[in-house]
Amino acid sequence: MRTRTCCATSTRPSAWSRSLPVDQKTLDQIALSWEEYQLACERLDREPNEVELGMIGALWSEHCGYKNSRPLLKLFPTEGPRLLTKVGEENAGVVDIGDGWCVAFKIESHNHPSAIEPYQGAATGVGGIVRDIFAMGARPIAILDSLRFGPLSEPRNRYLFNGVVEGIGGYGNCLGVPTVGGEVAFDDSYSGNPLVNAMCVGVTRIEHLQRAVAKGTGNLLMLVGADTGKDGIHGATFASVELDERSEERRPAVQVGNPFMEKLLMEACVELAEQHGDWIVGLQDLGAAGLTSAAVECAAKGGVGIDIDVSVAPRREEAMTPYDVMLSESQERMLVIVKPEHEDDVRRLFERWELHCVVIGVVTDDGRATIRDGDKVAARIPVELLTDPPQYVREGVKPTWLDDLQAYDFDALPDVGDANTALLGLLAEPEIASKRWVWRQYDHQVLTNTVVGPGSDATVVRIKGTDRAIALATDGDGRMCYLDPYVGGMMAVAEAARNVVCSGAEPIAITNCLNFGNPEKPEVYYQLEQAIRGMAAACEALNTPVVSGNVSLYNETATGNGSAQPIYPTPVVGMLGLIEDVDRVVPMAFQAEDDAVFLLGIDVLRGDAASLAGSEYARMAHDGLVAGQPRIDLGLEVRLQKLCLAAAREGLLRSAHDCSRGGLAVALAECCFPNGLGLDAAGMVIEGRLDAALFGEAPSRIVVSTRDGERLRALAAEHDVPVIRLGVVAGKRLVLGDVVDASLETLQDAYEGGLPRALGEVT
Amino acid sequence: MFRARVYVTLKPTVNDPQGLTIRGGLHSLGFESVEDVRAGKYLEITLEGDDKASAEKQVTEMCQKLLANPVIEDFRFELRET
Amino acid sequence: MRFAVVVFPGTWSDHDCQYVLRDLLGQQADLVWHRDADLSGYDAVVLPGGFSYGDYLRCGAIARFSPVMDAVVRHAEVGKPVIGICNGFQVLCESGLLPGVLMRNDSLQFRCQDTYLCIENAETLFTNELTPGQVISIPISHGEGSYYADDATLDDLESNGRVAFRYCNANGEPTPESNPNGSVRNIAGIVNERGNVFGMMPHPERAGESLMGGTDGLLLWRSVIQAGVATVAG
Repeated sequence: MRTRTCCATSTRPSAWSRSLPVDQKTLDQIALSWEEYQLACERLDREPNEVELGMIGALWSEHCGYKNSRPLLKLFPTEGPRLLTKVGEENAGVVDIGDGWCVAFKIESHNHPSAIEPYQGAATGVGGIVRDIFAMGARPIAILDSLRFGPLSEPRNRYLFNGVVEGIGGYGNCLGVPTVGGEVAFDDSYSGNPLVNAMCVGVTRIEHLQRAVAKGTGNLLMLVGADTGKDGIHGATFASVELDERSEERRPAVQVGNPFMEKLLMEACVELAEQHGDWIVGLQDLGAAGLTSAAVECAAKGGVGIDIDVSVAPRREEAMTPYDVMLSESQERMLVIVKPEHEDDVRRLFERWELHCVVIGVVTDDGRATIRDGDKVAARIPVELLTDPPQYVREGVKPTWLDDLQAYDFDALPDVGDANTALLGLLAEPEIASKRWVWRQYDHQVLTNTVVGPGSDATVVRIKGTDRAIALATDGDGRMCYLDPYVGGMMAVAEAARNVVCSGAEPIAITNCLNFGNPEKPEVYYQLEQAIRGMAAACEALNTPVVSGNVSLYNETATGNGSAQPIYPTPVVGMLGLIEDVDRVVPMAFQAEDDAVFLLGIDVLRGDAASLAGSEYARMAHDGLVAGQPRIDLGLEVRLQKLCLAAAREGLLRSAHDCSRGGLAVALAECCFPNGLGLDAAGMVIEGRLDAALFGEAPSRIVVSTRDGERLRALAAEHDVPVIRLGVVAGKRLVLGDVVDASLETLQDAYEGGLPRALGEVT
Repeated sequence: MFRARVYVTLKPTVNDPQGLTIRGGLHSLGFESVEDVRAGKYLEITLEGDDKASAEKQVTEMCQKLLANPVIEDFRFELRET
Repeated sequence: MRFAVVVFPGTWSDHDCQYVLRDLLGQQADLVWHRDADLSGYDAVVLPGGFSYGDYLRCGAIARFSPVMDAVVRHAEVGKPVIGICNGFQVLCESGLLPGVLMRNDSLQFRCQDTYLCIENAETLFTNELTPGQVISIPISHGEGSYYADDATLDDLESNGRVAFRYCNANGEPTPESNPNGSVRNIAGIVNERGNVFGMMPHPERAGESLMGGTDGLLLWRSVIQAGVATVAG
């Protein structure tokens, strides 16, 4: 493995390699390596004191400094005419949606805290991402959650699942921001290390956008919101190490959220941005590494220094040191950079919302972060040192087991015997079954913008005051990425785009959350790099640049024999789509009898065993089998999505639904359920393997219904996309050739009952 | 039979939004003397046990496994034979 | 009509109520902060949904002591309409303007879903645009909406036509399965003795446009507006 420290500017021999006052234990606590410590000493030209070392450790952690992932993140396409922010520069990415309106959005992980305390871990995850959005001056209008757990057959996983769902609801419901969608997946790989990725979306007028910047010497740094306690000190570091038996000891890193306080902060900040933007120069939330990260990042962006007096920060606990105050991750706090002549105006605004605020520092012109404790200087470090951590370009190594796994021969397996029974089984699998049990616990309607709520391919939220709506989807497929991280990365982006296209929206930009194992392991680094390359290729092809993102590495759990098992590589994509005319939204479900049902993307139903790669059917029917080589043809994907969008815009589509987990048969059943309308596809001819044709998970396929099959065929020909007519909407049964014939009632009972049954709530 | 009165409270250093908000409510009603409020849960558990020691052991386990989350909460209980 | 939509710290249906009253129904609807204790300029007061004070301690327990509540009581005493929705209903119960309490849902989970309501009394200020037995669809969104009162109170409510509507199935039958939260006798909305203070757990402001899934909520708002017009005319 090649490790390079790109930023080590000093070439003189280190004078710090001997007799340092710091021991390995101290460095371990802040997850700094010995070499990094030496580098910090060199660049500081002295040894950092304890406060300084804590600040360096936090900002140089993977969580804040992206020291392992930044070189790879540069592979993402990040340019586009609609983009109003540069990726990584602001709290969230912002996209122009026309007529002076813009959308701010971002996804972020809270995996480690949720593994330790699921309710509070998930709740504060929601709180953090919502703050990122209103820090931009945007009003949060939607939350989505992408969740992954181990199998529900294990009590610990049920506990985590229940706690996470309750925590998301507990926080989001109290805030009055609707939780409108997301996904839930289950796999052994996430046992003990659940993935909790929360996405928030906000809207505002472009002129009200705020930046996380400090500039203008003499401007004031105002700390607003909750008092500072010793919460979560080293949370950023905590997120950057593997979970192990000792994780329990790091418990202070878990915090209790206060959604009520967040609601007041949100209202106050939105009011400040919308009505009094001229009073302030910047707005920043306090997240990982607390005040340290918030203040230093604002200063770095403005090219200024800051001078903070921690003694005036309101505290919740006695005996807090400057170290504690600077690194506390107490929730529900914001930093506002205020023009001095408007200090009283800003204070009055926050106090009207019954929030405490206090001026804790000023902007300086010396480029340094100076931290005082009353009249004592507690730390003084160049801002540039803090925000320029060493970066590591590593060399990934393809896992030795991958070739065999990909070469798996599905043809050696027997074909499905009873497709009816297999379909019922698949519909009941928690992975596929209805997630109503989850989303009925979330307020998904407040703000009265939810045109299409949870349970569809994409959620559609209208923008009041315009004819527009946005479509939102999160997607990721750890199983496919495990089998081929490059293809899996492409598939995650393609599916997210396909989902918003199904609702009639044009995909315009993505946010992403990269959930991986320990990047210091060459095999994990390989997965990370390949997945990013795959995602980047799909983003290029689909013209959806990356506007924001988050990296969650070190997702591993102890196996008991001293080693740690990484999770499936799981990049999660949050897609933003735009619908110009909210009346042209396409639903997922069949709408009326006699509508013709087509499958876009193929012209012959030929079961190819290869499409069983990574499928839920293979896992269910063949003893947990996860193998094969996933494939995607990006050219076809692009043409398919263009076709679907063109058909939606012409008003040709009565419904559209993507084929994903569970394959074609599951997708068709899902089209039937919402309106209780069956499908007569008795004439369907299937060639080759039945299991592959019905349950294979080849991408780039969309089920649509229409009244004008002729026009649809013509449009498909224009787009060079194969199509096949499956049948007509009719009756109360799902009939596919002579292999599936089941009443919707039976199918729906399996589908709706799957999750409650897995949780033991009903029998 | 034994009756346990179990008190589950947030650890002293853990943020207690509920307690803080209740304190604010009391202040606004004129109870300015209120310095601090910490909210918690109170449970009454009736259980069988061979002797007080075994009942105590059981209740302790209940608290550790379910009633309190040791990540953020403390517990204490009083045990009486009934 | 002039509506005051009261905003407590933690209220979140304020903008939704304002939107339906002002933008969909063309009424004046102002957001009134809970510290503003003057409601004299308004014909009707709406206490919207949300989590006032985080619903800490008990839902509505802290909000009922807000400065605006004295004005709400006076407003009610002179016979003008007061409408409490969800958290607003909880505040009205805590303040004693309506009898009973809202307890934790029997599922012990938050529930956000559509519910059917059958109209029991179509002569209240809030239901006069409907007919007895009519079934309407309005969503709920709450964790603590299980209405409870003692039997004497319930009997009094029933015998005086003060149960405005109950949770029911699509056929208008108030079955246990159609009861989303365990409310006694499937009660979803009640009025006070005088008939001018009204509380309901479902959210009529969320059923104002077909794009959002239905317009049945408008019937309730129109009832209030109609009653207000009649009062002025009389």
